[in-house]
Amino acid sequence: MNVDKLIRMANQIGSFFEAMPDRPQALQDIALHIQRSWDPRMRAALLAELDSRPGTEGLTPIVGEAVRTHRKSLEGSP
Amino acid sequence: MNQLVDIDYGTPAKPAAEQVSLEIDGVAVSVAAGTSLMRAAMQVGIAIPKLCATDSLEPFGSCRLCLVEIEGRRGTPSSCTTPAEAGMRVRTQSPRLAALRRGVMELYISDHPLDCLTCAANGNCELQTMAGVVGLREVRYGDAGANHLDAAKDESNPYFTYDPAKCIVCNRCVRACEEIQGSFALTIDGRGFASRVSPGQMQPFMQSECVSCGACVQACPTATLMEKSVIEKGQAERAVITTCAYCGVGCSFKAEVKGNEVVRMLPYKGGQANEGHSCVKGRFAWGYATHADRILSPMIRQTISDPWREVGWDEALAYAAGEFRRIQAEYGRNSIGGVVSSRCTNEEAYLVQKMIRAAFGNNNVDTCARVCHSPTGYGLKQTLGEAAGTQAFKSIEKSDVIMVIGANPTDGHPVFASRLKRRVRQGAKLIVIDPRRIDLVAGPHVYAQHHLKLRPGTNVAVMNALAHVVVTEGRLAEQFVQARCDTDSFEQWRQFVARPENSPEATAAVTGVPAEEVRAAARLYATGGNGAIYYGLGVTEHSQGSTTVIAIANLAMATANVGREGVGVNPLRGQNNVQGSCDMGSFPHELPGYRHISDGATRALFEQRWGVTLQAEPGLRIPNMLDAAVDGSFKGFYCQGEDIVQSDPNTQHVVAALEAMQCVVVQDLFLTETANYAHVFLPGSSFLEKDGTFTNAERRIAPVRKVMPPKAGKADWEVTMALSNALGYPMRYRHPAEIMAEIAALTPSFAGVTHERLDTLGSIQWPCNAQAPDGTPTMHVDGFVRGKGRFLITQYLPTDEKVTRRFPLLLTTGRILSQYNVGTQTRRTENLRFHDQDLLEIHPHDAEARGIADGDCAGIESRAGSTVLRAQVTERMQPGVVYTTFHFPESGANVITTDNSDWATNCPEYKVTAVEVSRVAQPSTWQKARQRFTDQQLALLVRARS
Ligand code: SF4
Ligand code: SF4
Ligand code: SF4
Ligand code: FES
Repeated sequence: MNVDKLIRMANQIGSFFEAMPDRPQALQDIALHIQRSWDPRMRAALLAELDSRPGTEGLTPIVGEAVRTHRKSLEGSP
Repeated sequence: MNQLVDIDYGTPAKPAAEQVSLEIDGVAVSVAAGTSLMRAAMQVGIAIPKLCATDSLEPFGSCRLCLVEIEGRRGTPSSCTTPAEAGMRVRTQSPRLAALRRGVMELYISDHPLDCLTCAANGNCELQTMAGVVGLREVRYGDAGANHLDAAKDESNPYFTYDPAKCIVCNRCVRACEEIQGSFALTIDGRGFASRVSPGQMQPFMQSECVSCGACVQACPTATLMEKSVIEKGQAERAVITTCAYCGVGCSFKAEVKGNEVVRMLPYKGGQANEGHSCVKGRFAWGYATHADRILSPMIRQTISDPWREVGWDEALAYAAGEFRRIQAEYGRNSIGGVVSSRCTNEEAYLVQKMIRAAFGNNNVDTCARVCHSPTGYGLKQTLGEAAGTQAFKSIEKSDVIMVIGANPTDGHPVFASRLKRRVRQGAKLIVIDPRRIDLVAGPHVYAQHHLKLRPGTNVAVMNALAHVVVTEGRLAEQFVQARCDTDSFEQWRQFVARPENSPEATAAVTGVPAEEVRAAARLYATGGNGAIYYGLGVTEHSQGSTTVIAIANLAMATANVGREGVGVNPLRGQNNVQGSCDMGSFPHELPGYRHISDGATRALFEQRWGVTLQAEPGLRIPNMLDAAVDGSFKGFYCQGEDIVQSDPNTQHVVAALEAMQCVVVQDLFLTETANYAHVFLPGSSFLEKDGTFTNAERRIAPVRKVMPPKAGKADWEVTMALSNALGYPMRYRHPAEIMAEIAALTPSFAGVTHERLDTLGSIQWPCNAQAPDGTPTMHVDGFVRGKGRFLITQYLPTDEKVTRRFPLLLTTGRILSQYNVGTQTRRTENLRFHDQDLLEIHPHDAEARGIADGDCAGIESRAGSTVLRAQVTERMQPGVVYTTFHFPESGANVITTDNSDWATNCPEYKVTAVEVSRVAQPSTWQKARQRFTDQQLALLVRARS
C-alpha cells in the first residue's frame, strides 16, 4: 500500500480527535477508528512503517502515541 | 392491473379538520370543512362536469361547467370553488344546469378543431368526455367566425408539443407551473377571446424559463400540451406503478405501457415522495432503456487490447468465476472484491454484498456512497445513532426556517425543490449556505433571507460560527438538551464553540462570510420556529465532510430541531438507491442494517443463514481497492453498475489501478468508461426490466416493478446469482420477494418489510418492525436511536488543498438538472438538447484577468492533471472560485480532482481542488489520449459483432 497515503489518512483521523479534551479517550478513539475502518493489510503496512522508521515515519505525535498505545488492537491478519 | 386513469376529485384534499355533513343529489356525505362541493360529490361517486378543475391544483372557477344548485340559494355557483357547508342540499343535475352546461360546451367547441378521430388525446381528452357528458349535439356557431384553428404549433421542446389551436384557456397549465413546479414559466397572454397560453414573453418553450418538468402537460385536459411519445405511439394499454431510477427523491411513477413498450411515464399522485410531481429526467428521459447502444450479449476478452468476443451467459460467467478463483489461489483470498451499484434494487445490492462476503470470502465490498454520502452515515450514526435522514419530505410543509447547505435542489433534487419552494412561498424563511448563487437564492417568488456565500472548504468554520452565536447569545434549547442529550459531551461542545476563535467575526477571514450575516442566520434558525436542515454533497465531499455532518447534527440538537415534523437533519442523497445500498450492507465494515462486521453476534446470525464463516475484519473501500491494485495486492474486481473511471476522483490513478488488475468484470447497460478496461462484460438490466425496491433519501422503501422482460435475458439479481453459482456458492431465489424476506429476517430495521406490505401501503419508511409496523416517517421522536444524543467537538481544519501561486483558484463541482451523474443514461436521451457539454463557470474578474471570454476554450490544471472545457463567464460564481459538472466523460472533470478525502470515510474531496485556468486552443493531452483509447475500444466492440 502507498504508505505515505496511509500516514496522511492516519494523521487526518488524529486531527479530528486531537480536539477532544480527554486525551486518553482521544488516543483510544483514534486507534479504534483505524481498527474499525481499515482493512488489515492497510494497518499492517502502517505498523511496518512505524517499525522500520520509528519516530520519522511522519505520524503526528498524537497518532504515533495512539498507534503505539493501542498497537495490539491494530494487528490483524493481513 | 392498475387503472390507466385515476379518479380526479377536482380539487385538493383538505387536512382532516372538523367534519361537515350535507346532501348531494339526495346522498348523504360527510367531508372535512373547507372541502369543495365538487370533491365532496366525487367522494360519493357523483362526477360533476368540469374542465378547469383538477385535484392537483387549487380551484380557479373559470369554465363554468361545474355549476350546481343549492337549496335555498339563488343562482348556480361553481362547485369547484364553493366549500361544502353543514346542512347543504345540493343538486348537480337539472334541466337548467344541463342547458347552461351545453351552452358552455358549445362555445368551447366552436373554437376547437373537430379532429377527434386523429387527435393524440383521443380516448383521453377531458373536453371530448365533457362534450359527451353534457350531451352536446350541435354547435351553432360554425367555424366561419374568428377562431384559433390555424395557430402554429410549438414543437421546440423535445418531449412535448404545444398546439394553441386546441387550447381552451382553462389555465390549468399556468397554475401547474406555479403551484406544483414553482417555475412561473407560463402566463395567459392577451385578454378575452385573444387570450392564449404563453411561455415567457410569447417565446417558444425551449427559449423560456421552462424546465420541462411536464406538470403542465399532465394538467392539460386537451391535446394542447401533449407528450410527443403519445403522439407517436398512441394511448397506452396498461399501467404499472414503479419508482424513478434517477435521483434520491425517489418519485413514484405510473409507467403507461403498450405491449412491452413504455408510452409515457406519469408521476403517480399516490406516490408519497412526490405526490404526483416529477422532473424532466424521470418523466421524459427514459429512452436510454431501449437505446441502440445497449449491450445485450455477454462478452469476454483476455486483455483490454484484445477484441471483445460475444459469448453465452454460461461461458461468460464460468470465465469470470474461473478467473476470480485463479487469482485468489495465486494472490490470496483478499485479492478480489467488488462494488454494489446504488442504481440497482435493494435486493440486488444485498445479493452482491452477500456474494462478496460469502462466495469471495472477504469483505472487500463498497458502493458509490463512498464518494458521496459516506460522511452522512458516519456523522449521523455518531451523533444521533442512525445513518440516515430524520424526516419525510412532507415534513417540510411544517417548517418555518429551512437551511440548505451545500446542495442545489432545483438541479439535483428537483421535486423536493418544488416542495421547498412552495413552503417558502407560503412564508417559511430560507437560509442558503453555498459558494455559488444557486437558483434558490433568488428565484421566481422565492428568495433566500440569508445567503452565506462561503469559500469552498470552510463549512466547518461556518457551522461552528453559527453554533457560537446560538451558545453565546443564549439561544440554546437547554431543556431539550438536558432531557435528550448526553450532557457531558454537550458541556464540552458548548465550551468549544463558545471560544472566541469560533465567533463569526474571527471566522469571517477564512470563510469570507460577513459576521453579521452569520449572526442573523443563526438567530433565525434558532428562534424562527421549526428549523429544518437539508444538505448535499457540498457538505460531505470535503476532507472535513464527516465533521460538517457532525456539526450540523450538533446544531440541530442544541436548538431542539430534531424529533418532530418540520425540523430535522436531512441529507439529500444522490442516487435513487444509495440509501438502500448502504442499508443493505454495502460498506466493507458493515453488515446490513449498519452493524459492524466485528460484532460477533450479528456475524453469527448471517453465518448461520448463509452457511459460511465470515471474516471479522473490515475489507477495502473503493479508494483502498484502487491503491491496493496499484500496489499489487488486489487483482480481481466485480463492478456492478458503476462507472468509476468517470465518477471517481483522479481518473489517471483509477485507470492505472484497473490496468493493474487481472480480471475486471463490469455489469452495466452500456460500454462505459470503466467497461473499456474490463475483461468480462455482463449485460445489466434497466429499472423497467425487474422487480424489487429502491430506498430514497427519506428512508422510503418503494416498489420497482417489471414493465418489460430483461432485454439481455437476465435481471441484475439473476446475473449476480448466476455468478455466485458459478463460483460454487449456490443461490436459488425465484423472485426478489424471497430476497427481501431474507433481508427482513436478518435486519431488525427491515423486519416488517415484505413485497406484499409494500403493495398494500404503497411505500414504507424504515425502521419497520413490531414497534412501527407501518414504518417511521419521523425519527428520534421520543429519544435518539443511540439513547442520548451525543455532541462532538468539530475543530475547523483547513484542507491540504490550498491555493498557491501556481494554482490560485478553487474548483468546485456540481450537477445540472437535465443530466444525471456520469450521464450514461441521460446522455442517451433528448436531454442532450438542454445541456450537451460540461462548462467551466468562472467569475468575470477571473476570466478577464486571464483573457477568457464567454465560450472560449479554457484549460484547467491541478496537481493531478489537466483538461479543457468551454468557459461560461457568470456572476453566479464568486471571484477565486470556478465550477463545473462532470456529466460528460470527455470533459475529464475528475482528471483534475485529487485523491484528498474525508478523514473518517475516505469520501473524496470533489468540492475543493486548487487549479489554474488559462485560455487554450485545443483539447488537453489527456483528452486526446482518451479519445484515441475510446476509438480503439469501440473498434474492438465492432469486431466482436462482425
Ligand atoms: S414543463 Fe414544467 S416548467 Fe415547463 S412550463 Fe410546464 S410546468 Fe412550467
Ligand atoms: S394549454 Fe391546456 S391546460 Fe393550458 S390553458 Fe390550454 S387547455 Fe388549459
Ligand atoms: S426528482 Fe428525482 S426521482 Fe423525481 S423524477 Fe426527477 S430524477 Fe426522478
Ligand atoms: S371546473 Fe369549476 S369552474 Fe371550471
